[in-house]
Amino acid sequence: MSASSNTKPALETLRAAISRLEGHTNRRRSVLPFGVKEIDSRLPGGGLALGALHEVVGGGNDALHGAAAGQFVAGIAARTRGKVLWIVTRQDVFGPALKQAGLSGRRVIYVEAASEADVLSCFEEGLRHGGLGAVVADVARLSMTASRRLQLAAETSGALGLAIRRWRRQTEAADFGQPTASATRWRVSVLPSVGLPVPGVGRPRWLLELIRARAGECADFEVEACDAKGRLAYSRCLAGGLALPAALANRPDQETAGARRASA
Amino acid sequence: MLSVDLAARRLGLRPGTPVAKAQALYPDLVLMDADPEGDRQGLEKLALWFQHRISPLVATDPPDGLVLNTTGADHLHGGECTMLTDMIHRLSSSGFRAKVAIAETWGAAHALARYGQASLTIVPQGDVASVLSDLPIEALRLPPRSIEGLIALGVSRIGPLAAMPRAPLTLRFGPDIARRLDQAFGRVNEAIIPIRPVDPVQVVRNFAEPIAAAETIARSIGKLVPVLCKKLDERGQGVRRLDLLLNRVDSRTEAVRVATATPVRDIKRLTRLLCEKIETIDPGFGIERMVLIATLAEPMDRRQTVSSLIEEEESDVSDLIDTLANRVGTHALYRFAAVESDLPERSFCRVSALAPEEGKDWPDHWPRPTRLLPRPEPVQAMAELPDQPPLFFIWRGVRRKVKCADGPERVFGEWWKDDTELTIARDYFRVEDTSGERFWLYRAGDGEHGETGSQAWFLHGIFG
Repeated sequence: MSASSNTKPALETLRAAISRLEGHTNRRRSVLPFGVKEIDSRLPGGGLALGALHEVVGGGNDALHGAAAGQFVAGIAARTRGKVLWIVTRQDVFGPALKQAGLSGRRVIYVEAASEADVLSCFEEGLRHGGLGAVVADVARLSMTASRRLQLAAETSGALGLAIRRWRRQTEAADFGQPTASATRWRVSVLPSVGLPVPGVGRPRWLLELIRARAGECADFEVEACDAKGRLAYSRCLAGGLALPAALANRPDQETAGARRASA
Repeated sequence: MLSVDLAARRLGLRPGTPVAKAQALYPDLVLMDADPEGDRQGLEKLALWFQHRISPLVATDPPDGLVLNTTGADHLHGGECTMLTDMIHRLSSSGFRAKVAIAETWGAAHALARYGQASLTIVPQGDVASVLSDLPIEALRLPPRSIEGLIALGVSRIGPLAAMPRAPLTLRFGPDIARRLDQAFGRVNEAIIPIRPVDPVQVVRNFAEPIAAAETIARSIGKLVPVLCKKLDERGQGVRRLDLLLNRVDSRTEAVRVATATPVRDIKRLTRLLCEKIETIDPGFGIERMVLIATLAEPMDRRQTVSSLIEEEESDVSDLIDTLANRVGTHALYRFAAVESDLPERSFCRVSALAPEEGKDWPDHWPRPTRLLPRPEPVQAMAELPDQPPLFFIWRGVRRKVKCADGPERVFGEWWKDDTELTIARDYFRVEDTSGERFWLYRAGDGEHGETGSQAWFLHGIFG
């Protein structure tokens, strides 16, 4: 529970009453915190709700590539337990990259579905099973009905559903404006990396937009991309370029990378 | 001589040559007595193997053929073409030369597999008549006397034969010709009576009234499965392939096959797998008999579970794998395993979803892109030689200025496998453009020596 909600017991009781009305009485909903208090405090329950569907889309060109969105989702899936089902229509996930976000190759089972309809049916099947850590799917079109089915499947089993919204053409991305039943919606856009005192590419940074959160408010965050264990780090405005963020202690991989670059 | 092998055929020997004549020509010829009974048994063994691997409806087509009904089974093997190629490869690796054909009817497939030109033929729906017309009449499975008579009349191809009036033909040669023609062209139904594995675990249910509704079929499945599981339990076995044969009143047989990754005898799970396939069944005028056969059963050993005190047990997903595999096919369900190769596109391979974990893993000393393009896309780039990152590059018509870059990471070809890759090298760079997008570029070659590559630039992946 976040600090702000503890101070408002009236609001808490009201929330509990609403959730009872919605029919979640017997299941205590758990969350998967990001471990970054700036993000967790903005999410209802203090983290990403388990037993729910979440949508992630890439910003700009990434709506087509889905690289940043994929890495963000891999970081979330890495912090769950158990196998991860990853459903695609066209396989272009690179295993070693997921491993670098903490999601080892032996945890991910890929399903290559022939059509969008197959993706949705496999997605639902995976969510309904309940024994998986997370179910990830590349989805282009997601109607209200389809998303409600997925959300219900996730609610009954407590599984974490992550839909990467990804289109073949930039113009089709307008479909993202349609409402769906998912619990949260995120947009991940790449930002220039943290400047380094030596030549080279620093730790990638993302602009993380929480576009929609059920029972929550929208918010924007500037974060540093997943580390080797799938954790994000909150990043302040880094106008100076050399001002390294406070979360440097979290990033042992960066130091060794810098040393290698200096010696090269 | 009844049959000759490839080497003998090259020497000019043909089936039908008298043995004495052949021995006079080639004194060191190896002769073996014909063993029709042994051949028949061998063919049946092969048929059983096909029944385990490919489709439940398999029958022998003596003396030298097998006939399979693969309707609804091909998608599990990656489509018709892949399935046939796989069959030919598997047979040739065990020493058989095979010709394969898929057609709408048994007659047409029989003709094409024996008298067609290619070793692999797939006849599209509705093309049977045009494909058959050029084949010799021997392809029609007619008695030898009819063939001789027809050739004496000057008819040697199926096309002209099919165009002839039926009544005089039937009067002269009997009803066989008309029947075989109709069977080949699909005007008359020809049932495949599948072989049965020896001593299978099976359950039969006969219906007083034919059934057709999906709910009724589901209910019957629900009654058959527990009986089967009880039988399997007595034997200590679990099922890997389960076939449901439905005999229709019009003497056709519909078949449903489900496969599981591990031996299973869980009633709920098997019922669910079968019930998901109900929509693929065409009940026609009704089903009068249902047979549930455990085509492939394996011993099921009990496994010791880890105590929850030591570590939390990871939940079993094999039932989900089975459900998905029966929906999308086993080839579409996989994990990536590490392969020891420096080339990114060869650094992983697909292994089956429940394959045991291997010790190898990818090294992570360099960052890797989230998305790897299916094949590297050429880009125009400007870079200082020999080992500086590009200053800018043009990809898909967009010019991007490089702000900062990491590299080069030099990778070499698999020289231990292939001599042509001995000198190949690539220099990989992770570059970030002015808008913050990060890409994985490489130069084919080391920037100095022409034999290491074309020195052209490619984009191979996109970082998150």
